[in-house]
Amino acid sequence: MINPNPQTHYAGPSLRQDVETRTLSVLVDNEPGVLARVIGLFSGRGYNIDSLTVTETEHEKHLSRITIITRGTPAVLEQIKHQLERLVPIHRVRDLTFEGVSLERELALVKVAGKGEKRIEALRMAEIFRAQVVDTSIEHFVFEITGKPGKIETFINLMTELGLVEVSRTGIAAIGRGAAAM
Amino acid sequence: MARTMTGAEMVIKALQDQGVEHIFGYPGGAVLPIYDELFQQDKIQHVLVRQEGGALHAAEGYARSTGKVGVALVTSGPGATNAVTGLTDALMDSIPLVCITGQVPTHLIGNDAFQECDTVGITRPCTKHNWLVKNVNDLARVLHEAFYIAKAGRPGPVVIDIPKDIQFASGNYVGPSNIAHKTYKPRVKPDPALVRDAVELMASAKRPVFYTGGGVINSGPKASQLLRELVRLSGFPITSTLMGLGAYPASDKQWLGMLGMHGTYEANLAMHDCDVMINIGARFDDRITGRIDAFSPGSRKIHVDIDPSSINKNIQVDLPIIGDCAYVLEEMLRVWKAKAPQLDKAALKAWWKDIDGWRARKSLAYKNSTDVIMPQYACQRLYELTKDRDTYITTEVGQHQMWAAQFIHFEEPNRWMTSGGLGTMGYGLPAAIGVQLAHPKALVVDVAGDASILMNIQECSTAVQYNLPVKVFILNNEYMGMVRQWQQLLHGNRLSHSYTEALPDFVKLAEAYGWTGMRCDHPADLDDAIREMINHKGPVIFDCRVAKLANCFPMIPSGKAHNEMLLGENVSDEDVSKAIGKEGKVLV
Ligand SMILES: Cc1ncc(C[n+]2csc(CCOP(=O)(O)OP(=O)(O)O)c2C)c(N)n1
Repeated sequence: MINPNPQTHYAGPSLRQDVETRTLSVLVDNEPGVLARVIGLFSGRGYNIDSLTVTETEHEKHLSRITIITRGTPAVLEQIKHQLERLVPIHRVRDLTFEGVSLERELALVKVAGKGEKRIEALRMAEIFRAQVVDTSIEHFVFEITGKPGKIETFINLMTELGLVEVSRTGIAAIGRGAAAM
Repeated sequence: MARTMTGAEMVIKALQDQGVEHIFGYPGGAVLPIYDELFQQDKIQHVLVRQEGGALHAAEGYARSTGKVGVALVTSGPGATNAVTGLTDALMDSIPLVCITGQVPTHLIGNDAFQECDTVGITRPCTKHNWLVKNVNDLARVLHEAFYIAKAGRPGPVVIDIPKDIQFASGNYVGPSNIAHKTYKPRVKPDPALVRDAVELMASAKRPVFYTGGGVINSGPKASQLLRELVRLSGFPITSTLMGLGAYPASDKQWLGMLGMHGTYEANLAMHDCDVMINIGARFDDRITGRIDAFSPGSRKIHVDIDPSSINKNIQVDLPIIGDCAYVLEEMLRVWKAKAPQLDKAALKAWWKDIDGWRARKSLAYKNSTDVIMPQYACQRLYELTKDRDTYITTEVGQHQMWAAQFIHFEEPNRWMTSGGLGTMGYGLPAAIGVQLAHPKALVVDVAGDASILMNIQECSTAVQYNLPVKVFILNNEYMGMVRQWQQLLHGNRLSHSYTEALPDFVKLAEAYGWTGMRCDHPADLDDAIREMINHKGPVIFDCRVAKLANCFPMIPSGKAHNEMLLGENVSDEDVSKAIGKEGKVLV
């Protein structure tokens, strides 16, 4: 049980709830400033963003899809959804976590440098995780890995022992299961 | 329907097509083409303010007193940044405004050009929506869309930023159309099943209370009419927020007065002890709820709001109804009449008895004086001497604002203009100018504080230019009274920088602007002086010298519950200094 913000009027004991993580899918008009509106809403109202991805997904209609991983109590999460829906260029907001099982995938590029045993071990691990080698020299590999965020997390943790240099991650793309669209 | 014209022409044409008659503005390099078009027409009257902040508040006053969209026109850079306070004020109080800002030409955007600022970036969090128009063929559509967004759903301010080259460029003009907006479609009609549930809950109530807010006013005069009908039909007591005053007539016996931090004892106790709360168009603001966990603990709550994000934001409610107040009230009335519910008469009678007991505490009582004018007395006299006229009241922010709300009563909506959500000192004078422009024959009084009035005093000059006979009634206590009161409550009465040592001579100041200045410092002279002010044809600054150290009561200290109110008559300075605990201190 946590009190999300003891310094405000809004945190009476009746509002104490557990924090949950949710994946939101937001369909927006791809117009200038739309991402700034979404991000500004989160920072201005003190909401969390764990991950955020955005790209135009329907070119003729100029629609973009923003995927946001956020954390909060159920009351805060409900607020986030309603606040997003208030933004003028937003078509739809779906809480994929709340509505059922969603698919979540992420891609990471992982650079590992080293020699000898560690280098061989890194390559073995990459095979187990089905990571591709996309760049290499005698001293380094760049692995490309996709999968659930947890898998990527595990892989990166293993690589820290084996000469991890740097990581670039796309953030999470998510979609609901089944035939229907959001 | 499409016609070719320049961007600047489109601006004027679109305003005309939207039925705009008055705009408030201030010129500058980046809006010169629009000013040139204004010059060449006479359908729209432009009011030249003295600072862009004044234009925004004037547009707010205009909008609130008419129900129309207020329009402001300002230049790029400093013109736009000066507009920010008014935009934020309008956002907090849900006032429909369209603000047009000039911008440097598109090819200079991002170059730190002269008088460039990122207007859409700066105003994004303080508008309902904003646009930077980079293609002249989008301009007409954006202008019409702007009026729709400002008005539709929960009203609010919008900004259209127009680069100077777009104002010169030619393109196609399209008129306003009824094509539905592609994304913004707020729900206005309620779910009938929820309304039925609400009526059932209301009918079963033993200790009901209506708690209404600015949403009723924003919904239009019909909503106020319907509210009156429903309240009378039910016989339930009703209170309202600062923003909602006037929706229900203050002279009616079911009226409990305003609620909240400086609301009446009976209103706050009724909220605390009720079993069914019917919130219509109010948002459970912290000035209303006091301590959240002790807010009306035993009630089931109905919440009618047009903005779904207001539901469960501060207070969890039992029965949310999304919709425009007028539609919801209409449906409630229809269901109520059809059902003709049996009320628990005995319980309601007992409830009114409780309320009468709280009323008997006379929470607005104060110790009057025969030597000095008490600020409460000044408001009372102002009310008595203006109530039978066509009067509009605006205020600045501070103690005087709360006293005005407590002692000036309203029978009709749209008569009371005050900065509620943002609490902007300097709001009242420009707002009064906007009100007076819309209602040239009415009596418009800005109830002011000596500190607040100096924040937009330059607008006195605007009033003269447009023959607007507004009255500024200053409750002059020489202090920033509300700040001083909090310093007494919270900071050991160390009055850090809340005394204005070098106040101007307000009578001479008035005269310098071409106004009439008056001063009154004795209760016995007050009535005559107020009459003289009212009867004066031109604008008047009335320097009403009041008791310097009066405090505004009743008061729910920060962090306390409704039933922990401080009442005025027997509070000692000791009580005042101990009223707020450690947790309360961090709150504002
Ligand atoms: C622009 C702005 N700055 C500061 C404040 C904080 N503030 C609230 S009330 C107040 C004092 C107002 O003094 P005055 O206008 O003399 O009114 P009084 O309280 O004495 O009636 C101040 C400084 C504010 N509300 N607005």
